[in-house]
Amino acid sequence: MEQLYELFGIDRVEEFRAKLEELKKVPGSMISILNEAQEMFGYIPFQVQELISKETGVPLTEIFGIVTFYSRFSIIPAGKYKISLCLGTACYVRGSGQILEKLKENLGINEGETTSDGMFSLEAARCLGACALAPVMMINGEVYGRLTPDEAVKVIQRIKKQDLSQAAAEVE
Amino acid sequence: MDKVTVTIDGITLEVPSNYTVLQACREAGIDIPTLCYAEVINEIGSCRLCVVEIDGVRNLPASCIYPVQHGMNIRTNTPRVREARRVNLELILSNHDRNCLTCIRNTKCELQDLAERFGIADIEFQGEDVNYPLDDVSPAIVRNPNKCVLCRRCIAECQEVQNVFAIGAVNRGFDTLVSSPFYVSLNDSPCISCGQCITACPTGALYEKDHIQRVYRALADKRKHVVVQTAPAVRVGLGEEFGMPVGSIVTGKMVAALRRLGFEVVFDTDFAADLTIMEEGSELIERLKYGGKLPMITSCSPGWINFCEKYYPDFMENLSTCKSPHMMLGALIKTYYAEKMGWNPEDVYVVSVMPCTAKKVEIERPENMHDGIQDVDAVLTTRELARMIKEAGIDFVNLPDEEFDQPLGMSTGAAVIFGATGGVMEAALRTVSEIVEGKPLDKIDFEEVRGLEGVREATVTVDGLDLKLAIVNGTGNAKKLLDKIRSGEVEYHFIEIMGCPGGCITGGGQPIHHPNEMAEVRKLRAAAIYQADKNLPLRKSHENPAIKQIYEEYLGHPLGEKSHHLLHTQYTSKPLYRVTR
Ligand code: SF4
Ligand code: SF4
Ligand code: SF4
Ligand code: FES
Ligand code: FES
Repeated sequence: MEQLYELFGIDRVEEFRAKLEELKKVPGSMISILNEAQEMFGYIPFQVQELISKETGVPLTEIFGIVTFYSRFSIIPAGKYKISLCLGTACYVRGSGQILEKLKENLGINEGETTSDGMFSLEAARCLGACALAPVMMINGEVYGRLTPDEAVKVIQRIKKQDLSQAAAEVE
Repeated sequence: MDKVTVTIDGITLEVPSNYTVLQACREAGIDIPTLCYAEVINEIGSCRLCVVEIDGVRNLPASCIYPVQHGMNIRTNTPRVREARRVNLELILSNHDRNCLTCIRNTKCELQDLAERFGIADIEFQGEDVNYPLDDVSPAIVRNPNKCVLCRRCIAECQEVQNVFAIGAVNRGFDTLVSSPFYVSLNDSPCISCGQCITACPTGALYEKDHIQRVYRALADKRKHVVVQTAPAVRVGLGEEFGMPVGSIVTGKMVAALRRLGFEVVFDTDFAADLTIMEEGSELIERLKYGGKLPMITSCSPGWINFCEKYYPDFMENLSTCKSPHMMLGALIKTYYAEKMGWNPEDVYVVSVMPCTAKKVEIERPENMHDGIQDVDAVLTTRELARMIKEAGIDFVNLPDEEFDQPLGMSTGAAVIFGATGGVMEAALRTVSEIVEGKPLDKIDFEEVRGLEGVREATVTVDGLDLKLAIVNGTGNAKKLLDKIRSGEVEYHFIEIMGCPGGCITGGGQPIHHPNEMAEVRKLRAAAIYQADKNLPLRKSHENPAIKQIYEEYLGHPLGEKSHHLLHTQYTSKPLYRVTR
């Protein structure tokens, strides 16, 4: 529990435990429990899965199997900048597949992963509801449309620069 | 059971109505190919190599999970069936690391057999190259995911049978993988090193950590006295590796082969099994007399010990403090025997040949070290010993019978039955009864504790006391019993627990058979063990003259000072996971 408190703060952990206490009474509620955890913590690390395992009696192996089976669950924290790249039909036919490849290469990570400096995480999304702008990528709620692979990389580089100068400003 | 009539390739027959199509076909004399299927424990229909054609069923169903129906017309060898099976196999092979020449299961691999049987000439699909790292951190078990065909038989064994849950299926689609949670090494997982996953695996994806090379190095080292010992169960398994029928007793040939491999002294772990009975029997008598922790639980199975330390630490005080027999013998070889021979203990190298993979971990346990020295330096599984004998070109089947060296090669029938579930219990009863009652037993066969069921109970009266006993094999069954004890539902005085289903005869280091054959293999090897017991002139541990001698010359008496130091150990609760992140 110590580690959990340290990671997420007592309040959030206790709130989750209270929900877990309720949910675990319902048979077949593992998915709901995991949804709750994902939402509350942004990812489901070892300590959280261990807690769920202890409380529900479901072996960690099984829980981890479920978490890695569904793309909506994640075992690592999201990056400071969350990139959602649309792979919906409209975007896909306009080449979002190539953008994905380019971004993966540029960031050195796969979908569902976060860069080791914790800056960017990359996920593939279904239709983001901006088909007119296809192909579309969203970063922390901001939409970037009509992208080419190279432009997508430029967006990333711009964010990196901004982030740096912001950090520098804060230091001053 | 109701019967139904089915027609298979034109032959009409009656089969029980609860049969699968696969079972019906086998009854009709047709051997349908399978890969993922393992009776009862893994009926998941995932590899689809067992497909057949059934009239009125549109797709080709997987026969291993498809129930028969009255009037069913099944065809097993049509062009469509053959084509589908071939495509499915080629897909499995397409991303398989097909380096058979350097694979541990070369010539003993189900995947190879299938490829040969289907006459696979070339593989049309170019699978994406997978290259997962080898997990060889565990001192006992190596996993090579690149040889894995995702049949999930290991998972069934680890989860359903053993209830350990060290491994499971993770990710989805092309990224599916057998792994421990958070991709940790088996070594950092709840794995108890029982090796049951190895014996369930059709391919070379799972195998024991090699100790052959270190044994060869020791044998080549002129300064070293290399002493070998063999567990009870090895003598009823080893012959199978040389084509002998299951259940062959090859004690004499095994000793001869070990001498030819260059071991200086060949001792018998059975001696130490007799010694265990003296120590553990005395411990039981003490606990009964002086109100010690009950039930006392046996401690010869390191797979079980690992399970207890990880999952049931509240039972650690119930464990007998006795080391497992080969550890006792190792300790005595490096002290008693080394002194006798005038050897420096540091020059003595002890090798144990064991039916077990968990023993590879056991020898490194800090709890078992004394004065910084390991009791045992290497553990060869039965399979590894067979590999050495084959490499040396020894004609095993035609070897003459030879005898163990003395004095630590002398043993009784009570020791050899340690190899089968119920054996330690029976051996203990033979000795404890006689010691407590002070008169010879009328009947030394305790049939009531024999058998192969996962959990067995018996009550035996010793000197007016009704001893309540339980015998358990397989950690999944241990879980069932321990949960009942925890809840106060049942009570016992003495429990024997073996980590592997069937006991050591079907330990994780024994020759491999298909999971569906294991019930029969267990029966035959157990029968061989009890036959070996019958063949011996002495059948009670306390009558072993070498045991009497070692207590007189060296140990003093059971549970004495020396015993405590050399033959007993302690336990430490262990976390299920060693994860930092
Ligand atoms: S697992 Fe079987 S098919 Fe694969 S490389 Fe090894 S022997 Fe060959
Ligand atoms: S050795 Fe036993 S506990 Fe470990 S993974 Fe294999 S079956 Fe599971
Ligand atoms: S490791 Fe072996 S038993 Fe386990 S899924 Fe892979 S091939 Fe099957
Ligand atoms: S398909 Fe990409 S926004 Fe709709
Ligand atoms: S054996 Fe039937 S699907 Fe694998």
